[in-house]
Amino acid sequence: MNEQTLTQNSASGAPRSPASFASSSRWLLWSGIIMLCAWVLVPIYLVALGALGGRQGVYQWPKSFLPTGISLEPFILFLTTEGVVHSFFNSLGAAGITVALSILLGAPAGYALARYNFWGKDSYRLLVLLTRAFPLAILALPLTVSFIRLGLYDTVLGVGLIHTVLALPFAALVTQGIFLGVPKELEEAAWVFGCTRLQAFFKVVAPLALPGLVATAVFAFVISWNEVFAASVLTVRNRTLTAYLLTVLSESPMHYRFAGGLLLILPSVVFIFAVRRYLFAIWGISSK
Amino acid sequence: MANIVIDRVRKSFGAFQALKEVSLTINDGEFVSLLGPSGCGKTTLLRIIAGLETASRGDIRIGDKSVIGLAPKDRGLAMVFQNYAVFPHMTVYENVAFGLRRQKADETRVKAQVAKAAGLLHIEQYLDRYPNKLSGGQRQRVAVARALAVEPKVLLMDEPLSNLDALLRLEMRTELKTVLQSAGTTTIYVTHDQTEAMGLSDRIAVMHGGIVEQVGSPVDVYNHPATRFVGGFIGNPPMNFIKVPVSNGKVVVGADHLPVPREAGAEVVLGLRGEAVELSSLPQGLEMKVRVAEPMGSHLLLTGSIHDQPVRVILPASETVKNGDTIGLKLDSQRITWLSPESGKSYSAEMA
Repeated sequence: MNEQTLTQNSASGAPRSPASFASSSRWLLWSGIIMLCAWVLVPIYLVALGALGGRQGVYQWPKSFLPTGISLEPFILFLTTEGVVHSFFNSLGAAGITVALSILLGAPAGYALARYNFWGKDSYRLLVLLTRAFPLAILALPLTVSFIRLGLYDTVLGVGLIHTVLALPFAALVTQGIFLGVPKELEEAAWVFGCTRLQAFFKVVAPLALPGLVATAVFAFVISWNEVFAASVLTVRNRTLTAYLLTVLSESPMHYRFAGGLLLILPSVVFIFAVRRYLFAIWGISSK
Repeated sequence: MANIVIDRVRKSFGAFQALKEVSLTINDGEFVSLLGPSGCGKTTLLRIIAGLETASRGDIRIGDKSVIGLAPKDRGLAMVFQNYAVFPHMTVYENVAFGLRRQKADETRVKAQVAKAAGLLHIEQYLDRYPNKLSGGQRQRVAVARALAVEPKVLLMDEPLSNLDALLRLEMRTELKTVLQSAGTTTIYVTHDQTEAMGLSDRIAVMHGGIVEQVGSPVDVYNHPATRFVGGFIGNPPMNFIKVPVSNGKVVVGADHLPVPREAGAEVVLGLRGEAVELSSLPQGLEMKVRVAEPMGSHLLLTGSIHDQPVRVILPASETVKNGDTIGLKLDSQRITWLSPESGKSYSAEMA
């Protein structure tokens, strides 16, 4: 006991300079954290302020820190507007299709890129990226025509497919990195100790790659959720939320737009917040 | 338990020949080391046996059954990897039980086998921890326990100690020997560390440039190297090679005339272990010019030259030799290896 207090005393009476170095680095850390938080939170806060402040709050200057006269009226108005709920579910559907397809197709592609050497691997990788080289604006017309022919025009499935095309290269290349982060020896150990290739994948590789795969899924979701152009071009009545808002909001009062904007931001933020722990390394891998 | 027959196995990676026709038979319950410098093909050979790599040509038989084309899991073997390859998302218990679970062993057997393997390697107290909470040495133990728990017919080890620090390596080596002796499993052990190979093995296969240069017991390989490479690779200091002229079938060494094998030509290479000498006087002894004398405590290490060719010899620590001295050495004629200057092979090995 005595000994402990003694060592503690000597520790607290340690030379001054390392302590001040530690405190200055801590100061740097916290100021960095505050800056980054402000970067993200201030715009969201201002949007929220505009949305909650009601009709007058939007034009009030200087802004008050707390909204004066909170009213949920714009939200209720927004949510009860015809088509909002419908387009919200359209958005969810399109994003769901995007997530499912880009993981189901992208992860095996990423696995193959990570584990196998095959002829044309590099050109394949380039090709995957090249799909992003064509601007959607150029593809819009031919796409619309062929979608009408295929009966995919103005459907959630059609939007989901286009969003999958947007998310897939990203999913393949990111999962490649994730699978490269799982040491090959672990897989080989699984083979030696009685697994087939498929079993080894599900018993060893998949659990270790899970954080990265979830992160990939979240990004695929966000890509689809935030995409406006293709969704606007390819739908008329079955609009996704972003596409719907784009058409509706331009003719709406300010506070109503803010309410719509806030409701658009929130799902992405909440979703990312909910899976944030998967975005960090859990078992010390997939963190790269 | 099973013997392993490696029958004329070849492996090429593109134009590079990693293995040039390797044949080797490992008896049931035997511990054989594949020893060689990096790039000699030893790990490739081990991976071919494990089924992680496919041979370009040749056959591998485990227990008299060809395993060519069989998946690793169907070969009845276990492996310890260089980087341990302990599953990070499972507890130590689940790691050790992994192979048994795949064999659909019932829970009582799993428990008993894990307890047994964990006991052998002293990891009982870590069983419910995750590997990232363990040190390198402890992870190594988990990897060995995982391999022993399935009671494999064949155990393959790929430089299992190379990632440990020197002290731990020595400790683990001794422990491995004890554990594996009691298990009695046929073991192939890949290493580039000759002391590991010497200390652990029943037999050593010395590999170099994709071929097996010599197979034999540690003592045999040490005392009777089949090639110049083997003599130079094994032993610290390595074997000395002194080219000497032959006259009338004999070589003059100081006052002695040593007979050389009949096949020898005008010159022969005298392979001499550093410790197979005694200090004697001149001119009876073989003349050695000492450049550096290093007292190592247990012995005295002399670096210098004989017949203007570099040599290293070891004398008892009690001898006093200084830098720059010229001394006479008496060679232990029983421990001389005669090698052909052309092929680099020893004459006794060439005859065999």
